[in-house]
Amino acid sequence: MSAPVHDTTIHWITWGVFAVFFALVTVLGFVAARWKRADLDQLHEWGLGGRRFGTLISWFLIGGDLYTAYTVVAVPALVFAAGAYGFFAMPYTIIAYPFMFAVLPRLWNVCRRHGWLTTADFIEGRYGSHWLALAVALTSVLATMPYIALQLVGMQVVFQAMGFGGLHQGAEIALVVAFVVLALYTYTSGLRAPAMIAFVKDIMIYVFVIAAVIVIPARLGGYGAVFAAADAAFTAKGGATGLVLQPGQQVAFATLALGSAFALFLYPHSATGLLAASSANVIRRNAFLLPAYSAALCLIALMGYMAIAAHIPASGTAVVPALILASFPEWFAGFCFAAIALGALVPAAIMSIGAANLVTRNIWRPYVNGAMTPRQESTVAKVTSLVVKFGALVFVVFLPMEYAINLQLLGGIWILQIFPAVVFGLFTRWFRSEALLVGWAIGMVLGTTLCALQGVKPVYPLPGVGTVYIGLIALIANVAIAALGTWLFSLGGTTRAGDVTTTTDYADAADAQ
Amino acid sequence: MRRLLLLIPFFALLCVPLYNVREPMLWGFPFFYWYQLMWLPLSALITYFVYRGGQKS
Repeated sequence: MSAPVHDTTIHWITWGVFAVFFALVTVLGFVAARWKRADLDQLHEWGLGGRRFGTLISWFLIGGDLYTAYTVVAVPALVFAAGAYGFFAMPYTIIAYPFMFAVLPRLWNVCRRHGWLTTADFIEGRYGSHWLALAVALTSVLATMPYIALQLVGMQVVFQAMGFGGLHQGAEIALVVAFVVLALYTYTSGLRAPAMIAFVKDIMIYVFVIAAVIVIPARLGGYGAVFAAADAAFTAKGGATGLVLQPGQQVAFATLALGSAFALFLYPHSATGLLAASSANVIRRNAFLLPAYSAALCLIALMGYMAIAAHIPASGTAVVPALILASFPEWFAGFCFAAIALGALVPAAIMSIGAANLVTRNIWRPYVNGAMTPRQESTVAKVTSLVVKFGALVFVVFLPMEYAINLQLLGGIWILQIFPAVVFGLFTRWFRSEALLVGWAIGMVLGTTLCALQGVKPVYPLPGVGTVYIGLIALIANVAIAALGTWLFSLGGTTRAGDVTTTTDYADAADAQ
Repeated sequence: MRRLLLLIPFFALLCVPLYNVREPMLWGFPFFYWYQLMWLPLSALITYFVYRGGQKS
């Protein structure tokens, strides 16, 4: 990634439109506390919105949660630089949904039945193991922190494009203000705030995308011309990347797509959004409705090629904002920037709530204070959400952007290592918690080591196989160890800890609709 | 087992050599791109079909 462009002229009209939308959403964030009114001193009300979100609200909430500001900025940036390879986001966000359909309704059912708020709650109940639950909780929080930081990066890019980079610390001050506002309404309204804001934000993103995919190619001579310009640019650079994948890139492309799809719903912000649904069928319906967002993402990715065709003099994360400024009148650029910045606030809020639920339920309760009242539980979560966001803010303001990007990459590899415990656990109790814990530890160490050996790159060249996504390599080792360990422990004849769930807990209740 | 149909999108999109070509083009889009775009609604339709099957039984 190159240094962001520090535009020295402040775009006042752009900034004005941006400020209006930002203010509107801030009001919504606080008003949300009164929406579907309930006692916000209960953690399931603050942290899961009382599990009351129907199909439409869940569609906006989960869509706004998964397709983040950083995605909008980073995916086209990768396509701009790496061509077809950057498009792995497309198969990834298509196959994630059949997977979601098959797996996540079971998680919702069992969590609803037992009043669980996090995946680690499920692990604790399923395997009767504090340690495995702690491993899952720590991995989830660790993987989420850099993800929150990246949302801030997405916002910072927008502030810089509006000319704040030219002021002394201007972009940083704007960022701090935006984040303090976010922290306050998340604290008071919990998950209701991002759910309500997601409506406005997602509609804005769709307007932005539809305008961009009609207006920009029309000015550049149509899609054929856009692809041709990108093709010529990649050929001129020597053809290491292009409009289609090089033979050596195909395995990396497929494994990145599969690994990312598996990882997506293990992240605490996805789990939080899904568990807030009002029924398992809400999740199933969203499995065929949410791909509408993937269509938007695909069109956003194509902006990487549009930027090449339009000869945008920027690179890295500055590409999309520069393309917006070059293609639209100032007022509409402000609208687009507001959409992207709000696209950071919704996921950042849900991520901090997901992390707060985990810390409260799976770290604070078992290891610090086992006798919390519901009110104390909710207070711990609220304070944790503040601490998590503040940590991310300090990270982004004081450390180089590469740190957050690299840690986010590692976070994806780490979160995949809870796959066997969570996903296999939803279908079978065959695996033993001790074996899963050893598999997890080996997966974490192997994944981190391979990634470090490659100079913090997501793929590793396996002899005889090709270049494979490291998260998937570590996951295969993890599963193999967990299976072998389970078999060995069974030979030893040690008894398994209790499982509080029954088979029917995973199926829909008779009165479900 | 209708649910096995959910594996089709995985096969269609993870077998990259199936679609890693430029021709035939469609509305200016190389095959690589429109093939993947086409699988978006197809995958959603398959999921919908499986959902409907589950609701009846």
